[in-house]
Amino acid sequence: MTPHAWLILGLYLTILLFTIKPLGIYIANVISGRSLVLRLGSPIESMIYRLCGIHKNEEMGWLHYALALLLFNAVGVLTVYALQRLQLWLPLNPQQMPNVSPDSAFNTAISFVTNTNWQGYGGETTMSYLTQMLALTVQNFLSAATGIVVIIALVRGFARHTAQSIGNAWVDLTRITLYLLLPLSLVFAVFLLSQGVIQNFNAYQDVMTLELTHYDNPKLDIAGQPLKDDKGNLLTEPVTTQTQTLPMGPVASQEAIKMIGTNGGGFFNANSAHPYENPTPLSNFFQMLSIFLIPGALCYTFGYMVGDARQGWAVLAAMTILFVVMSVAAITFEQQGNPLFTTAGVDQIASTTQAGGNMEGKEVRFGVADSGLFAAITTAASCGAVIAMHDSFTPLGGMIPLVLMQLGEVVFGGVGSGLYGMLIFAMMAVFIAGLMIGRTPEYLGKKIESFEMKMVSIAILVTPLLVLAGTAIAVMTVNGQAGIANPGAHGFSEILYAFSSAGNNNGSAFAGLSVNTPFYNVMLAMVMWFGRFGVIVPVLAIAGSLAAKKRIAVTVGTMPTHGLLFITLLIGTVLLVGLLNYVPALALGPMVEHFMLWIGR
Amino acid sequence: MKTLFRPALTLFVLLSVITGLIYPLLVTGISQALFPAQAAGSLILRDGKPVGSRLIGQNFTDPKYFWGRPSATSPQPYNAAASGGSNLGPLNPALQEAVAVRVKTLREADSGNTAQVPVDLVTASASGLDPQISPAAANYQAARVARVRGLPLDVVQTLVVQQTEGRQWGVFGEPRVNVLELNLALDNLQSKP
Repeated sequence: MTPHAWLILGLYLTILLFTIKPLGIYIANVISGRSLVLRLGSPIESMIYRLCGIHKNEEMGWLHYALALLLFNAVGVLTVYALQRLQLWLPLNPQQMPNVSPDSAFNTAISFVTNTNWQGYGGETTMSYLTQMLALTVQNFLSAATGIVVIIALVRGFARHTAQSIGNAWVDLTRITLYLLLPLSLVFAVFLLSQGVIQNFNAYQDVMTLELTHYDNPKLDIAGQPLKDDKGNLLTEPVTTQTQTLPMGPVASQEAIKMIGTNGGGFFNANSAHPYENPTPLSNFFQMLSIFLIPGALCYTFGYMVGDARQGWAVLAAMTILFVVMSVAAITFEQQGNPLFTTAGVDQIASTTQAGGNMEGKEVRFGVADSGLFAAITTAASCGAVIAMHDSFTPLGGMIPLVLMQLGEVVFGGVGSGLYGMLIFAMMAVFIAGLMIGRTPEYLGKKIESFEMKMVSIAILVTPLLVLAGTAIAVMTVNGQAGIANPGAHGFSEILYAFSSAGNNNGSAFAGLSVNTPFYNVMLAMVMWFGRFGVIVPVLAIAGSLAAKKRIAVTVGTMPTHGLLFITLLIGTVLLVGLLNYVPALALGPMVEHFMLWIGR
Repeated sequence: MKTLFRPALTLFVLLSVITGLIYPLLVTGISQALFPAQAAGSLILRDGKPVGSRLIGQNFTDPKYFWGRPSATSPQPYNAAASGGSNLGPLNPALQEAVAVRVKTLREADSGNTAQVPVDLVTASASGLDPQISPAAANYQAARVARVRGLPLDVVQTLVVQQTEGRQWGVFGEPRVNVLELNLALDNLQSKP
């Protein structure tokens, strides 16, 4: 790593650290109704409750809470699907984008509702402005709010005792959206505008370029399908143009919540690599910060709500240690560059006039340091936005994002989902420790018993099952193999990455894989849905069960869960349980490729 | 279950209106008041007509211009209406071939220049629209541009230095040169009497 890369990483962690306590307390106060901001918003809030018939002091048991969330998200899926299927006949479609195909619309609906924001489509060539706003931006907010209220419910389970309820899902969703996500997004959107992110409803803008561009344009038949000759080659005709068509749209408003809600679905195909989404290094630095902002703060909210801030800091420490190791690795591997380029007469050495390293699929303004760091952040969290094409990373550089997703995205993780994932691992850790010393495991004064451990097991095992089974099916079928873009081991990595990303609701991709096909659209949509709610429902069950338990007093026999010992144990559990499932698959993909690149030639 | 339907539907509609209509319109209103030029795409005008955006790269192949990053957009390079990278893996023979061809093209346009080629000049960008190249990539091309245009080398080099942006606030990102702005500056230099 260059000194500059160390500086950026240090600066990043320092600034993040300062936001954690104030934002953490703010979230706790918003959710408990104590924040002063609630007085400001109370006219709107009460009006919403009146219109919806919500009684804000009426609490729900865990099953009721889970059903409410499932229903709310199901409505979201139907709406996002409908808006895509009807967009040609709806307003705000200056480019006359046609209605999206059924399988792609289904995939995108599931993808945005589950906070995955996987994109089988290219934004600027597929979606109308209305779809971007009313379907996708809305789900950026609501899927983030869903994740946050689930962790709040789980924390209530720890904080309460002998209680039958874990909160009111409607009130929690409303407050998180109105008082947390909206104000943060508004401020961030204005900042992004200042850096050059666009925001308008104009038709795409034609400009006259300095030079003529000559290229071969594929010939299309009447239905718009590319024509092929007898041998199956594409028919093309030479074209010369001096026009460049610049895409437009309401980007800044969507970009802000895309990062803050760890959604990651880009307005454009190139996502945050697109200069209209992420124009400057400064906008990029704040995009990176905004990904970890809420997941970091929620650790403090957790400690604050259970009455012991050290518990939150301990979890945060475990996350940070894992994160630093992974991001340093990603930057280092990318900075090493591609040995095959060097033999071709290419200079990849970092100097004062160039960033050097593996620049395929990266942008000059970000270079290798920002690109490697961003890749680690976006996959540690369940964001999935990208500023560089992970498919073109070096084998081990590309394995880091893969591994971070496969750990279950518990290193900071998605808004809400990261922390509830980590607390699942924490329960697993105290369970293992309890077995070793022969005591009933307990965490934060609650006994962890067989019901909790069954739910923990489901929550931990459901994603590896989906990811590995999905990968296996895709690798073995013709429809699955058809999508592969790169030959050899890398093609396998593309499929493994796609299912790891979908199962863990990340949304980034080894994007060479052609996934806008009925096979992948349907397979990945199912993996996304069960990867999301197959974890949320057991987590809420644990919340309900914990809330009903008595609190037991701390004794000399209680294992402290805020010290170095626990942090080590937690990291060990995450690596052991999270990673071991995937080692054989990783050996077949990125590891083989690494040896072929450096030794095998 | 029945008691859940009304709040689920109504709350969904209300929050959709707030986050999907009011919020983007509010941001649009603010953008028009505070940052109208940025919100419209940071367009560059020449004689009152838009010739590009300072944020979106253009395709340059003429030796008299500085060339930008290779672009993998389809069907033509720098197709701003369909962004994207090559997504070629590090071992893919197609990537090795593309890099070799680009190195050859650069060398042929500038015979006698035996320096190693800066990596960003022969690798496709992530967006396919990267507006910038590294200062190393600009320096590599300065002699060619000066020779083709019949300009003294130091004039071109000075222009490159003028157009070089350092790290933002001295810390963030990498030093870079905007290719379109540099080429426009070159054209302006020679259109003056």
